[in-house]
Amino acid sequence: MTSILKVEGLTKHFPGSKHSLFGKRDLIQAVDGLSFDVAAGEAIGLVGESGCGKSTTGRLITRLLEPTAGKIEFNGIDITHLSNAQMRPIREDLQIIFQDPYASLNPRHTVGTIVASPFRIGGITPEGGVKKRVQELLEIVGLNPEHYNRYPHEFSGGQRQRIGIARALALRPKLIVADEPVSALDVSIQAQVINLLKDLQTQFDIAFIFIAHDLAVVRHFAQRVAVMYLGDIVEIADRDTLYSKPKHPYTKALLSAVPEVDPDAIGSRERIRLTGDVPNPINPPSGCRFRTRCWKAQDICATSRPQLLQIGSSQVACHFPE
Amino acid sequence: MSQPAYAAAQSVTGRSPSRMAWERIKKDRTAKVSGSVILIFIALAILAPIFTWIIHSSPDAFHTETLNQEFGTQPLGKLGGVSGAHWFGVEPRTGRDIFLRFVFGARTSLIIALSATVLATILGVVIGLVSGFFGGKTDLVLSRTMEIVLSFPSILFALAVMPVLESVFQGWGLPQGNGTRITVMIFILAMFGWPYIGRIVRGQVISLREREFIEAARALGASRTHLIFREILPNLWAPILVTVALNIPTYITAEAALTFLGAGVIDPTSDWGAMLLASVPFYSVDPMFTFIPGFALFMLVLSFSLLGDSIRDALDPRSSR
Repeated sequence: MTSILKVEGLTKHFPGSKHSLFGKRDLIQAVDGLSFDVAAGEAIGLVGESGCGKSTTGRLITRLLEPTAGKIEFNGIDITHLSNAQMRPIREDLQIIFQDPYASLNPRHTVGTIVASPFRIGGITPEGGVKKRVQELLEIVGLNPEHYNRYPHEFSGGQRQRIGIARALALRPKLIVADEPVSALDVSIQAQVINLLKDLQTQFDIAFIFIAHDLAVVRHFAQRVAVMYLGDIVEIADRDTLYSKPKHPYTKALLSAVPEVDPDAIGSRERIRLTGDVPNPINPPSGCRFRTRCWKAQDICATSRPQLLQIGSSQVACHFPE
Repeated sequence: MSQPAYAAAQSVTGRSPSRMAWERIKKDRTAKVSGSVILIFIALAILAPIFTWIIHSSPDAFHTETLNQEFGTQPLGKLGGVSGAHWFGVEPRTGRDIFLRFVFGARTSLIIALSATVLATILGVVIGLVSGFFGGKTDLVLSRTMEIVLSFPSILFALAVMPVLESVFQGWGLPQGNGTRITVMIFILAMFGWPYIGRIVRGQVISLREREFIEAARALGASRTHLIFREILPNLWAPILVTVALNIPTYITAEAALTFLGAGVIDPTSDWGAMLLASVPFYSVDPMFTFIPGFALFMLVLSFSLLGDSIRDALDPRSSR
């Protein structure tokens, strides 16, 4: 399998507040040294608690944010520091779906204008004209194609998210970053939208980076899952391995918190309660970032930062993997 | 259509947010009444020359025969000389027709207020957009400029610079007289007015800039021009419209105040501020002379303010979703 996206040591430090006039500015280490790759047509899940840098990662990959360090290679091209104009042809293949369907559509534009915006901005005239293509896209995502001149406020949350999906799909991208695409929706609607995304992924052979905090949602969607903690990946494995044999203590703790569907199984499994809060990303712990909450932590965890290493079929960053 | 199955019996044209606001405003009685009053004033101002033809007079014509020649210079007859020939009476001392001076005064007032509004709005929107969108040092400089301008005591300052600017404008080749004075007034009012709208636009742009639909457009490779004019500006019409409607009455009062204080339009051009000034010595013997321009100012300012409030209610941000 050829990889469509290669991320190496990706880092983003946001400037924080200044404490005194001549003091140094705080640096919020939102993403710190992230490395992974995505194969063509693959759906990879990116999970973690809120504030762990998942969304920042998504915005760095789509170059909505400028990386502080590291390298992003898309389709064999280094896009880490390309300008807006240089990025334009690449954006045809690299799209993003946003979390909040109420904020991601311009309330003053009709659905037709919104879904046609990729053609307009990219200066592309699709075969058969823009209107025909927009109506096709609306039909693909399960909306009435006659609704192209309606406004976003006339649609429900789920329908709006479909509009956002149609927009991302317009140029037939090779990779879509889906930034918590269902977390703002009702549970009943979530399944519909996920199934739609899944159909699109197989139908058009699109690679997906599916960002979510909900492990159940990711399990349903992704073939491979990466777990993030405080700006770094702690474990990557294919779905079945990760869910059945988690290697990193953090993954194990996360999985133990997923509610059990089978009532007989309740109690047969130990629930790991993590103590304390996620440390402040302005001043992350030395060595392993998870050590302050880890029940396995030893002296080495404070001095040396564990690298992501192949253990069995998983990649784990831990000194004491399971 | 290629999909007849969907087209059946469905209204497929969407209702845009501005269309919904328009429908709300059409149901608002305050808006209807105040809007009508404004339209009447505008109609009077536009039709002013027709009244000179109906009355067979001009706002500058003296009618000394209507004045008490022996005993001072007050108008003869009731209510300051109201008659079939002079509907609102005549001016003391000169006998000029007050109705004509009132309608021509509406012209001066509206021309100055509306021109100043247009100028201030263009300046404010452009500077607010640039300041809010680009942020950083640009924003720092522009915001401080707006604050400095806002902190000026505008009427006092206008009184001081009027004569200066007038001579500067004349130096550029503009003729002496009211044409130049009106231009200078428009210029001064706009100069002090633009930061009000600029600050509002800046604030709106800052909140819009971070919205996800802007990111979505950026993810498609949109240029700054596209972001500013296609994505942000359409969302600004509502606050701009409200600010404009609420700014017009302040320009009307400021213009009248400047003229009343002697720094504005001067005789023989009709102006409500000038009429008020001229009426001061006669308020006890000819109250109509004071009442007409005062009431006109009051009605016009009140109507614009009420209409502005109605527009704001109709464009309630809660409905912008």
